[in-house]
Amino acid sequence: MKKRRWRDAGLAAVLIGPSAAVLGLFVIYPLLKAVWLGRERCSNAKCSTNGWHQYVDAFRSNEFQDALVVTLKYALITVPIGLVLGIGLAVLADKYIRGVGIFRTIFSSTVATSVAVASVMWFFLFNPNIGVLAHYLGGVFKSPGLLQDSHTALWAVSASSIWANLGFTFIVVTAGLQSVPKDLYESAYVDGATGFGRFTNVTLPMISPTLLFATVVLTTRAFQSFGEIDILTAGGPAPTNPTTTLTYLAYGKGLPTSGDDGLRSTVSVLLFFVLLVLALVQFRGLDKRVHYGN
Amino acid sequence: MAIDHVSSGRKVGRYILLALMAAVVLFPIYVMVIASLKPGNKAFVHPLLPGDFTFSTLREAWNSGSLGRALWVSTIVSVIVTLAEVITAILAAYAFVFLKFPGQKIIFAIFLATLLVPLEATLTVNRRTMQSLGWLNSYKALTLPFLATAFGIFMIRQVFLTIPKEMREAASMDGLGHIGFMYEVAVPLSRPTIGALALFSFLTSWNQYLWPNLVTTNAKYNTVQTGLKALRFASLDKPNLVIAGTVIVALPIFVVLIAFQRQLVRGLTAGAVKG
Repeated sequence: MKKRRWRDAGLAAVLIGPSAAVLGLFVIYPLLKAVWLGRERCSNAKCSTNGWHQYVDAFRSNEFQDALVVTLKYALITVPIGLVLGIGLAVLADKYIRGVGIFRTIFSSTVATSVAVASVMWFFLFNPNIGVLAHYLGGVFKSPGLLQDSHTALWAVSASSIWANLGFTFIVVTAGLQSVPKDLYESAYVDGATGFGRFTNVTLPMISPTLLFATVVLTTRAFQSFGEIDILTAGGPAPTNPTTTLTYLAYGKGLPTSGDDGLRSTVSVLLFFVLLVLALVQFRGLDKRVHYGN
Repeated sequence: MAIDHVSSGRKVGRYILLALMAAVVLFPIYVMVIASLKPGNKAFVHPLLPGDFTFSTLREAWNSGSLGRALWVSTIVSVIVTLAEVITAILAAYAFVFLKFPGQKIIFAIFLATLLVPLEATLTVNRRTMQSLGWLNSYKALTLPFLATAFGIFMIRQVFLTIPKEMREAASMDGLGHIGFMYEVAVPLSRPTIGALALFSFLTSWNQYLWPNLVTTNAKYNTVQTGLKALRFASLDKPNLVIAGTVIVALPIFVVLIAFQRQLVRGLTAGAVKG
């Protein structure tokens, strides 16, 4: 047995080599290096160290705390609304009726829009001068415009993001619904369960693994959102910057992190830890309520 | 479908609801397409109504932005990334499933752990790597970091695990080596999953936004996404051109997705449904 393990080792090295090289050079090394770099402040290529304390300082800074709050708000808006809409559409289009395929294609269609495409679309929808919403609705849509008003900017960005993610949620929940055994509905029907009762007692528990997956993906996306903010608001409107999320704080323009690889690393490593904690909490908390069957 | 026999009244209600939701979902797309098919001076007069149908705005957008070039760059980058990601995933997954070698479990655990690392945590250092190699503004910079992913390896591993070990033993007795078995048995049996992974990595690569922004400054290497950003900021005085540009750029991926809908569903739900 021992001999065989070594006989395969050469071939294994060849097969795994390419993946190991890419993952090592572009995921593992940069992560470790970023942790190290996060102790430094840099301008251009010159870096000087502040020690590990820079992580604590950065975490406690107003900019980071504000961005953390913005990101949490953004996730708390986009994830529940996106999930409810996605489930609603999936349930609506789950019944076998004529022509439902067309509606499924339409509801899935937003996965075909990249962040840049979706954001430019919504940028023009919200535009106070030429936008459709301003044209027909006026009010705050017209002046100063949803993206320019610090009270509405985050909601407007959220609308764009919810729309862009709807196709993903719809597809995932639809697949979940189709994996529910039909005889479960039959027996619930025989037991006299109403439509709503069947939904809460049969459908929801049966698709809970799917919903956990969708929740984790949508939350991660909310924490990593960059493109929509870059295009729609650039973190603004100033001075309160109600749309500067954590990722935007790390990579956006005109921020303390701009051009400073050290501080950028500090923020992105902190973001990594926040995501790690979040993933643990989600799996610990939600996994217990998820029904995996036998 | 015993329980799905709904009365015709409720059926009509459901159709109305479906149509209403479809209208809401399609609304932003409809507005953009309508605006892109009007002449510039009329684009925003009655934003919801079609009128004075013309292709001239689309043509002008195509000519003014370097959208053709950006589509080309995005296509090259995404095709390279997709091919490489699928191949490296098949090779590594094969080793993890069908070979026994020292350190196997540890290496697999390390690979899997990289799934937890968000792209954002690695980009700054990766950009420095590219800079020190003199590879900013190149296809190398745009593609190299994505030529292998733990996600792909894991996805292919899961399907390879479903291939009975007896098949490998039987093939071995027939004198078929590992490479032969991989090429002639394992890969053909896993074709649907490989297709799903290919489409998924194509889309992910096509939609990359932050990384191309960091490693390209030369418009020659604008991808569709960075090109669109440039267009949005450059032609603000001609918004209808930006809108037409967006429509042009969005179109190919719509076609790809409608053509490969099934693979997409499989790819997106790879982690979602039990079993």
